[in-house]
Amino acid sequence: MKLPDLQNEAVVIQMQKARSKTASLLWLLFRYILIIGISFTILYPILQQLSVAFKDKTDIYNPTIYMIPVHFTMENVRYAMAVLNYWPLLKNTLIFAASTTLLQAASCSLAGYGFARFHFPGKNILFTLVVLTILIPSSTLMVPMYIHFRSFDLFGVIHLATGKEGINMLNTYGPSLITAALANGLKSGLFIYIFRQFFRSMPGEIEEAALIDGAGGIRTFFTIMLPNAVPPLITVILFAFVWQYNDIFYASLFNSSSDLMSIKVSSLPADANQYLPGIMGLAGGENVKVDPNQVSLIVDTGILLAISPLIVMYLFVQRFFVESVERSGVVG
Amino acid sequence: MNLKRLTLTQKRSLLGILFIMPWLLGFVFLFATPLLQSIHFSFSDMKIAPGGGYTLDFIGWANFKNALSVDPNFNRILTQSLSEMAWNVPMILFFSLFTATLLNTRFVGRPFARAIFFLPVILASGAIAAAQTSGLIQLTGSSEIAKELGQQQNGFDPLTLAFTLSDAGLPMWFIEYIISAVERIYEIIKSSGVQILIFLAALQSVPVSMYEVAKMEGATAYETFWKITFPMVSPLILTNIIYTIIDSFTNSQVTTAIYNTAFQAQNFGLSAAMSWIYTAVISVVLIIVGILVSRKVFYYN
Repeated sequence: MKLPDLQNEAVVIQMQKARSKTASLLWLLFRYILIIGISFTILYPILQQLSVAFKDKTDIYNPTIYMIPVHFTMENVRYAMAVLNYWPLLKNTLIFAASTTLLQAASCSLAGYGFARFHFPGKNILFTLVVLTILIPSSTLMVPMYIHFRSFDLFGVIHLATGKEGINMLNTYGPSLITAALANGLKSGLFIYIFRQFFRSMPGEIEEAALIDGAGGIRTFFTIMLPNAVPPLITVILFAFVWQYNDIFYASLFNSSSDLMSIKVSSLPADANQYLPGIMGLAGGENVKVDPNQVSLIVDTGILLAISPLIVMYLFVQRFFVESVERSGVVG
Repeated sequence: MNLKRLTLTQKRSLLGILFIMPWLLGFVFLFATPLLQSIHFSFSDMKIAPGGGYTLDFIGWANFKNALSVDPNFNRILTQSLSEMAWNVPMILFFSLFTATLLNTRFVGRPFARAIFFLPVILASGAIAAAQTSGLIQLTGSSEIAKELGQQQNGFDPLTLAFTLSDAGLPMWFIEYIISAVERIYEIIKSSGVQILIFLAALQSVPVSMYEVAKMEGATAYETFWKITFPMVSPLILTNIIYTIIDSFTNSQVTTAIYNTAFQAQNFGLSAAMSWIYTAVISVVLIIVGILVSRKVFYYN
């Protein structure tokens, strides 16, 4: 009587093993399908733009083409670069974004360190105000900021000295640089928060040791704390750079006629329609229009050109980036 | 001795104030002042003089009344963007938590998958995202062949899914919700990059020993998720809700409306009033969400 029972049990165990194996195999398969699906959804628009960028205009009306063009051409890239005035524009935008990013990282790390490591009266209230700057929509401050920078005059000094109404700073990089340097630029509150969280988690003994060895507070910050704050620095610099590069709100508020990538890209469809006939050398005055499908080819190529610096940058730093976000203590 | 220590503390606190000085200056001149001015503007009829100055006439609540009852679009846009927010936040949260758990497991090609999943953080913001959408619409919109190509690309038919779900006996509003999520999957993926990052960081901070104990006690993966993972990341759910709500300002129609009222219609007072109504509504939403969610949140420490 006992033998079959045992056998049965063995069979049951084998069955269970097989079942759990299939289940985990199915789960693995399911996971891969999901990951590949989502990755495809993310990459698809970029792939499509890549396909469009090198597609010759004769291929527009060929319905048998899917993604890979038959006739390759660099024509679209050339025209898009001409419409955007690409290289000077890129240089301008990079200088602009890099300088605001550096200023912002500097001012926000200072403030974050101050909030994390020092005790002074009103600290908690002030930090609540930092959080408030994150929460208030920027459109609330838009009009006063515009007027403020339209006739920029700190403490009325210029009015006293020259009797004029102040300097018009619109369409210069002034407003963005000033807001960045004073830690009130694009999403600065968030960056202060990130730095504060990180500095709070660093052991206090480091500072004590530095103090005993005779380093003042400022020197401690620059020689000990800041070099150790690489993870939040990378996070903040990357985010600040990307957001500044992409920003349209402040850019159109302060720099509506400057050469900035975000401004040019958002007016690209209109610009392409307007300037393409001239660039292509089509004679015949204002009524000559380029084939709208070719225009959209060029517009798409222009967008690809605009995002490609970010993609190239991301390729280099992405590994570093994900790790640094995990370590920078965004979680608290 | 006592005196010396006191001066040291005082020195330290002075140094602290020195460190936050740039921010404090910026806060006073670039945040607090404009904020107060903006309140002032919202109660005034404001005219900009060509030289650089401006004039203000106090008109009481007229701007607010204008925004809410005279302006033809503002109410509609405001309710629309709020309902969109209410619609999107759960989707983004669910998707980002799900994706973060997915990315947190070990599998071949994980670094590669991560790199792709965070690409939207870089690309999907501001001008480029907007131009991208308009560019793609243009490309598929103008010629017959392009249209056909577009239809081919949109090969997924949501009706099949709808029928399957309704056969399963799910309520209609839920089916609609799922289908709108499926149809706008790209939009959702695009706006959940940072949220995935935050959740992923949270998942990594869950102590491994907890999972080991659960495994030894014989908990299934499902139980482990709901009993360990979910409570441990729940504080970050609140953070992510708030982040998602704030993030929706940047490309909200309301912001565009406020901008256009100010700089195209040149009605600065009305624009300030609109922005204050928006701020008030958002604060109420944030407070309600904060209270509701923080009750359910589990704090480990």
